[in-house]
Amino acid sequence: MISLTIDNQPVEVEAGATVLEAARKLRIDIPTLCHDSRLKPHGACRLCIVEIAGMPKPVTSCTTPATEKMVVTTQSAHLNRLRKTTVELLLSDHPNDCMICIGSGDCKLQELAYRFNLRGSRFRGKMRAHDRIDENPFVQRDQNKCVLCGLCVRVCEEIQGVGAIGYANRGFESKITPPFEKELSCEFCGQCIAVCPTGALSGKLWVGYPRQQGLEKTETTCSYCGCGCNLTLHTYGKSIAKVTSRQDNHNRGWLCVKGRFGYEFVTSNERLTTPLIRRQKGGSLEPASWEEALDLVASRLLDIKSKHGPDAVGGLASARCTNEEGYLFQKMFRAGIGTNNVDHCARY
Amino acid sequence: MAGLAAKFGSGAMTNSVAEISDNKALLVIGSNTTENHPIIGLRMKEAVRNGAQLIVADPRRIPLVKFATLWLRHMPGTDSVLLNALMHVIIREGWEDRTFIEKRTEGFDAFAEGLKQFTPEFAENITGVPADDIVSAARIYATAENAGIYYAMGITQHSFGTNNVHAVGNLAMVTGNLGKHGAGVNPLRGQNNVQGCCDVGCLPTDLPGYQKVADAKVREKFGKAWGRTLSSEPGLTASEMTEKMLAGTLKGLYIFGENPALSDPNMNHSIKAFENLDLLVVQDIFLTETAELADVVLPSASFAEKEGTFTNSERRVQRVRIALDPPGQAQSDLAIIKQVYRRIDPEGVSENATAESVFNELTALWPAMAGMSYERLETEGLQWPCPTDDHPGTPYLHRESFAREGGKALFTVVPHVLSKELPDEQYPFVLTTGRQLFHYHTGTMTRRSTGLDKISPAPYIELNPEDAASLGIEDTGLLTVTSRRGSIRLKARVSGIVPPRVVFIPFHYKEAAANRLTIDAMDPISKIMEAKVCAVRLEK
Amino acid sequence: MSRKITVNVCMGTGGIAAGGSTVMEAFRQEFAEVGVDNARVVEKCRLHKVGCRGFCARDVLVDIAIDDQSWTYQYVDEKMVKRLVAEHILDNKPVEQWLVGDDYHTFHDNQEKIILGVLGHIDPESIDEYIGIGGYKAAEKVLATMTPQDTIEEIKRSGLRGRGGAGFPTGLKWSFCAANQADRRYIICNADEGDPGAFMDRSVIEGNPHAVIEGMIIGAYAIGADTGYIYIRAEYPLAVQRLKIALAAAKERGFLGKGICGSSFDLDLKIKLGAGAFVCGEETALIASIEGERGMPRAKPPFPANKGLWGKPTIINNVETLANIPPIINRGAEWFTSIGSEKSKGTKVIALTGKIRNTGLIEIPMGMPLKKIIYDIGGGIEGDRLFKAVQTGGPSGGCIPQQHIDLPVDYEGLKSVGSMMGSGGMVVLDETDCMVNIAKFFLTFTQEESCGKCVPCRIGTKRLLEILTRITEGEGKPSDLDLLQELAEDVRDASLCGLGMSAPNPVLSTLKYFRHEYEAHIFQKKCPAKVCSKLLTFYIRPDHCVGCGACKKACAVKAISGELKQVHQVDQALCIKCGSCFDACKFNAVIKE
Repeated sequence: MISLTIDNQPVEVEAGATVLEAARKLRIDIPTLCHDSRLKPHGACRLCIVEIAGMPKPVTSCTTPATEKMVVTTQSAHLNRLRKTTVELLLSDHPNDCMICIGSGDCKLQELAYRFNLRGSRFRGKMRAHDRIDENPFVQRDQNKCVLCGLCVRVCEEIQGVGAIGYANRGFESKITPPFEKELSCEFCGQCIAVCPTGALSGKLWVGYPRQQGLEKTETTCSYCGCGCNLTLHTYGKSIAKVTSRQDNHNRGWLCVKGRFGYEFVTSNERLTTPLIRRQKGGSLEPASWEEALDLVASRLLDIKSKHGPDAVGGLASARCTNEEGYLFQKMFRAGIGTNNVDHCARY
Repeated sequence: MAGLAAKFGSGAMTNSVAEISDNKALLVIGSNTTENHPIIGLRMKEAVRNGAQLIVADPRRIPLVKFATLWLRHMPGTDSVLLNALMHVIIREGWEDRTFIEKRTEGFDAFAEGLKQFTPEFAENITGVPADDIVSAARIYATAENAGIYYAMGITQHSFGTNNVHAVGNLAMVTGNLGKHGAGVNPLRGQNNVQGCCDVGCLPTDLPGYQKVADAKVREKFGKAWGRTLSSEPGLTASEMTEKMLAGTLKGLYIFGENPALSDPNMNHSIKAFENLDLLVVQDIFLTETAELADVVLPSASFAEKEGTFTNSERRVQRVRIALDPPGQAQSDLAIIKQVYRRIDPEGVSENATAESVFNELTALWPAMAGMSYERLETEGLQWPCPTDDHPGTPYLHRESFAREGGKALFTVVPHVLSKELPDEQYPFVLTTGRQLFHYHTGTMTRRSTGLDKISPAPYIELNPEDAASLGIEDTGLLTVTSRRGSIRLKARVSGIVPPRVVFIPFHYKEAAANRLTIDAMDPISKIMEAKVCAVRLEK
Repeated sequence: MSRKITVNVCMGTGGIAAGGSTVMEAFRQEFAEVGVDNARVVEKCRLHKVGCRGFCARDVLVDIAIDDQSWTYQYVDEKMVKRLVAEHILDNKPVEQWLVGDDYHTFHDNQEKIILGVLGHIDPESIDEYIGIGGYKAAEKVLATMTPQDTIEEIKRSGLRGRGGAGFPTGLKWSFCAANQADRRYIICNADEGDPGAFMDRSVIEGNPHAVIEGMIIGAYAIGADTGYIYIRAEYPLAVQRLKIALAAAKERGFLGKGICGSSFDLDLKIKLGAGAFVCGEETALIASIEGERGMPRAKPPFPANKGLWGKPTIINNVETLANIPPIINRGAEWFTSIGSEKSKGTKVIALTGKIRNTGLIEIPMGMPLKKIIYDIGGGIEGDRLFKAVQTGGPSGGCIPQQHIDLPVDYEGLKSVGSMMGSGGMVVLDETDCMVNIAKFFLTFTQEESCGKCVPCRIGTKRLLEILTRITEGEGKPSDLDLLQELAEDVRDASLCGLGMSAPNPVLSTLKYFRHEYEAHIFQKKCPAKVCSKLLTFYIRPDHCVGCGACKKACAVKAISGELKQVHQVDQALCIKCGSCFDACKFNAVIKE
């Protein structure tokens, strides 16, 4: 363990921990924009700078390893001025159209502007004007809002191992783009959207729903594969507005294309909304009331049982439904009808 | 499942997903992890970043190959030969874990004897994997401090799938890669709640918690709890049900939340079986291919509209919560089953039963979940076994002993068996089926999600450029694919992903359903279909 | 009578550009024609290509040495060769009119040449010539008689500091790297010389590549590296070619590879070509580039000496630093410390340029006063104009005004006045240079070369440039002075790497010493140096105008009117301030203000 002092408070951290991690352990709030604890430190936004005794100039706490007896200061007039200037510089090259921005309310830049009480910027000047349009059903990109934090590039490379996007050009004209500015070729996991701190990356499926007000959040579990990722469903009225995942779960907030974007089926207009009965063999399925349908199912099952014995009846349970449903289903067959003819289709 | 249960006493991932990144070596065989279990795939990539050596054994150049130290491209259906050869090398080189074998296993001598013929050269002949690569793979896996094996349907969906699973288990046992962190034998579950579905007793031979129907004491326990005398007659597996339906002895079938008319092997055969029923009840959220054949269709709720729990691949039980109301008159599966059940037996389930009360009934009957409650699952999932209220759950199994009688794991001799249908002059190609990233299973959900269907809108068959050239077919050209059971027409995707003489079709698409072609041969023990190998012919 | 004759032709990039190859070929043909060869005329007549000796403005420079006497000719072209051979070589009568003048000698005599000394004398493509002047003796000495620790101590004692910019003590850096527990370490030679106008590293590699290789061998031995990289820009084809030749020769002679000089020490050196991004001279960006990533700097700490290439301890030394190593080992740390100033030992190679008579590559002992460099070596300001400032340290350096003309040129001296040594660029400015425009010029460069990773550099340098631009265009506001000052300080203090930290230097130093020029631009809307065209007014002095019409003809926008032989006038509303009239007038009648 390493002992150090941050803002006059002693703290102990594991060897290899960064100053930022040590500060967070003390619940000291250091602003960040390009940092994500799930990715390698980057040190690009310069907001997490701190002063360390013995070092000639401020250093980024996200990249600096904590060392024994280090003395760290996270708040000073000088640090505050540098952080404020950095945010102002970002705002000087940002549309600042929060009112109509899809990222509003979930935007770190907006929060930083609020924190430093910045309505505008002293540094008006040229702004980037990107006109790239991405043709794909999931990822919406508004590059003028990109703060070049590099999170999307890093998550794609470090976590997803895909490397679908990278940097191009230099200096003020730097931008993030697929290799050789070609069409985006990716797995559409949306990890980049999840880590984007501004409205630069968002989901195309989100459009048309409120951003914050009126959305309800429900924590649940994905219904696709056996990974069992935790999902947060953001619903609005009768629809799912978007799906996200919290960082502090076993899937660490990462999802795949199906989990993140494959939810439209829930509100498909092809959903079954009423029981259907085929009243005679060869006839067609016709709507029926629940009473009629349930009575029919129960009476026919009992009928077959009484004529041919319980083993003339079988049940196929779902590997897609809940434990409770599976349990009650097999119980119904075993205890209710008296057969062990119950299986599931997961072998396919 | 059945294979692992015979060896270790339980059939589930022995270890946790989070441990994957701590593996020093990984063997991924018969699992296209990044496409079918993408988030587990991320952990594998992380392991590689952390310096682990990754061995991928797959006939196809799956995306994970990009991250592999070594790729073994064996022919479909030769997994157990490959695995046996690895173990042959391990024993020949003295890389086995003697202490583990002596203290924690039984049946080693006969097993070792059975490996004699599986030299790397012998295996090279059958699998097509160079003998040197087999030796390298054996070294990487056996000499790593801790190594995990990950497999999925590529291992199990064979007429000798249980054999394959035995071979996988043997490999972990011989190197002592069980009962410790970052190792183990890990079947990756294809659907969100396969694990839970098995756990809760949706198996013809098992009551909840793998308690055997055949065991009179077990029947007595459940009979008492449920207030009914239980049948000792073993139930039918799904595929046996198909046979009995055709034979006319199974007359009524109740299916919920599955689409066997599209997912069953040799589906033409299954459809005939369904049509032969007196009563087919299908409970689903869409009018699936199966529901279209039903006498009664019951509209149910999607995962976003109901309450309950799912158990993921790593035995983690997690909450599912209501975010939306079901559309129209649709009701949750639990509510529907409850109402049917109450009509069959009003005492079987209370009118006031809730997901939580059913969960509590279940956990009272299975000690491994006895420590779980909705309250404990409120913020995060728990991995079974979790026997008491203060038990933190179990990240990896078999730490002290195996769940078999005597506590030891059992070595099994795995003979060399061939797939039921091998290519011949008439049907010269091997067809292997599977999934792809953008769709799921029979596509009932993903094909109704506009974005996913836009990216991957149409069925296709992957074939090697060499074969494409000899057939005179270009990329995206149409091909007719025929097996002894049926025929489909779909677009060619010419790609080096498959080796020559092997073709791949994803089974998500009903308009060109791969399961019209597949063979309904199955594993005699697990009753799993042989979806990974059958013979087909290709025509322009 | 047999004489020993050597003809040295400058074949550095400057020499070749001036026609060195043609001159060399002309000598070869002439020798064949007149029969100058070993058998008939002389004992040994050697035509010899040599590296740059620094005075590129006079190229092609040719030495003709007969026995112990040597003459140097300047501005030689192929047409002069016939006469040089006939008169000087055959008749032993030097061609006086073509010889270099006194200024050539004052240029050289005031220098102290540790690094550049051999550049004009040996063939860089011959390992034998390098060995002939004592080359590889230092490596042999180190490997045979010194431990790595001894070697590091010797370099520490010499006080050698990094010549690439920051001036960090080389021996100390080596000791940090050697102190790490690691299975591998790397040494990298940073030859990614990116400052505009800087060519010291290129000249050293082109003129004496083996010195750099020998320095790397010693460094690698000291820190325990078995692999090294020379990161050099692809725009230096001649240097790359000579390096390749030198590496192959060194390997063949057993100075590289397995068991060097019979010791158990192995070293493999590889060339890595850079694509010419300025930021790749920054060591962490350079490492990223070698690793195949985009050349973007990484935060320090961890420093490369602890965690560098592929995460292993890595030493990155600049070309000149490495070239200093063999002489230090050969002649001892004490000798080295006898040269230079208190805290800056040895010499520094400087690219001297700007409004000065003698431009070129020079090497001075650390601590030499600016004045001596400018007036003795440089020969003073061009024309009779007034000295204004000297800009040192490349595009990220600062401007030093007249009041500091006696400043000793070393790391501390330059830093004390807000500039820096950098890699050794020195641009002399005179009264016709506008300091706001100079700052803008350098910011234009650094702003374009910013990698775009960190916010202060990416956006901050852009905004600095925009403010400077509007000041030079007469759009400056009074508040811009404070804004410029504050933003420059913040970019300096908050940026990730050396590029951003030093990019504001030209702004800060000109604001400090030439604030009045900024004020003139902002408040009077005037450019005192008459450079910023948008602030100029062109008018015609009636007392000087003869009405020749030259200005009227030259004006592209018809802003000048007037009858022939009448005084002309400029219509200020139409004038676009291009300056054509000013250039066209032969009577000094056009005035700009």
